[in-house]
Amino acid sequence: MNATHGSVVRIEGLHKSFDKLQVLRGIDLSVEEHEVICLIGASGSGKSTLLRCVNLIEPVDAGRIFVHGEEITAIGVDVNRIRRSIGIVFQSFNLFPHMTVLRNITLAPRKALKLSAAEAQTRAVELLERFGLADKQHEYPDRLSGGQQQRVAIVRALAMQPDIMLLDEVTSALDPELVAEVLNVIKELAGGGMTMLIATHEMGFARDIASRVCFLDAGVILEEGPPEQIFTAPREERTQRFLESIIEAGRM
Amino acid sequence: MGGGGAPELYQYQPGDPRLPDERSTSKILASLRAEGARGVAIAVVSTIVVFTVIVVVVVNSANWPAVKEAFFNGEIFRDTFPEIARRFLKNVQYFLIAEVFILAWALMLAVLRSLPGPVFFPLRLMSIVYTDLFRGIPTILVVYLLGFGVPSLGLPGVPTDPAFWGVLALILSYSAYVAEVYRAGIESVHPSQAAAARSLGLSRWHSLRFVVIPQAVRRVVPPLLNDFVGLQKDTALIAFIVAVPEAFKMGQIEQNTLFNFTPLLAVAVMFLVITIPLTRLVDWLLARERRRRMAGGGV
Repeated sequence: MNATHGSVVRIEGLHKSFDKLQVLRGIDLSVEEHEVICLIGASGSGKSTLLRCVNLIEPVDAGRIFVHGEEITAIGVDVNRIRRSIGIVFQSFNLFPHMTVLRNITLAPRKALKLSAAEAQTRAVELLERFGLADKQHEYPDRLSGGQQQRVAIVRALAMQPDIMLLDEVTSALDPELVAEVLNVIKELAGGGMTMLIATHEMGFARDIASRVCFLDAGVILEEGPPEQIFTAPREERTQRFLESIIEAGRM
Repeated sequence: MGGGGAPELYQYQPGDPRLPDERSTSKILASLRAEGARGVAIAVVSTIVVFTVIVVVVVNSANWPAVKEAFFNGEIFRDTFPEIARRFLKNVQYFLIAEVFILAWALMLAVLRSLPGPVFFPLRLMSIVYTDLFRGIPTILVVYLLGFGVPSLGLPGVPTDPAFWGVLALILSYSAYVAEVYRAGIESVHPSQAAAARSLGLSRWHSLRFVVIPQAVRRVVPPLLNDFVGLQKDTALIAFIVAVPEAFKMGQIEQNTLFNFTPLLAVAVMFLVITIPLTRLVDWLLARERRRRMAGGGV
């Protein structure tokens, strides 16, 4: 079914408000298979909200979202089924503190995908090995560093074998020396062909990894294009100003 | 920075008199340990002194012999304690049975109350009304109403044993308190935990069952234990409705025949024998669980 419908995710005219605050004011965006799209923009520009809407954590006010051609914002869709195919990783990790790393990762495959405990465990251990965390499988999250916790959170989402990964500023809560290990994991995923929609403040990373960069401003995608163009020759004045402020802050 | 004198940077100088003298770490630790040992010694001595003074004052007071005779009569204690201890097994039975149902029923009430959306409004309402009612009515009143009231109706097929109704009354009453404890626990789990569970495709029920409730229950174990101790003590209320005496009723009977309060003291001892070790056990379990989860928590 992937072939027939093209885009993994297609967003049309998405609007979202919190009370009187309009956070998203008409977002149109398509994510193709194996594409890595980086969403950049100031805090409050709507990046996180956009990702949360795609995962149906936030109900949308207007507009439609399609995953492999199926409208997921339609009334009566099984949100649990939709979410299984969309992985999301949060800024604050949100690992389950009362479970070991292994249990964190196997819970959803066992309960939502109905895998056997053995299958789920095999899958989890493979992923942990791939990301250098095999020796941590019996630890509790609070005993891990922030970088390790975030890598576990990524593995937890990957264990559901999603069609797309949504990463919501996954390095923003980390100490600077721990950022690289998480970014390397994401790079490896991109190298493996994972389709990703990434909200990030790491401009250098976005430039390296993105197939397309979208600049969000006041709830709309003001400018989008390949990273070379956005970062070296932005057309919009607001994009230029945003990038200048980032360079001033020494973040690029 | 402006023209004002910039603060001078400190340059380390060996032998600077402002620095602590160069004692080795092990020496400092040894002196700390010595101080700790001294603290323990002082605590032990002062405790012994204080308690000795209290005992001497009480025992030498003018009315002590009368008090001792009425409350701490060794002979009566020896005679009545075994029977009271045997009867106490009834109380143990009451609170163990009641606690199992309370924990389950209260959790259900708390979960019903936390269901979102307009569809579940009637269930939420029922849970709220139930909690308000049974938390508001004195437990002894519920015990009386059910224990005397229901058997007197003589309804066919309905148990007539007052103890059954007494235990049911405790279940109904305590569930209201415990439901509130659970609810506080559920609400204390950050919404991002449920969001993370749901984002993985887990159903609302699975997210509650595997992510929210386990964390909620761990957090409310101390207040749950509080209510459990309260329940143990309130099994004495069943004394007022049953024909076959449990510990408290037995103590009362002995007190009335012997004109002495020592049997009631024996009852008190039985309750303490259960509740104090239980409290320590739960404290220990919680500390162990915490150590297991937290980095560097285990010293």
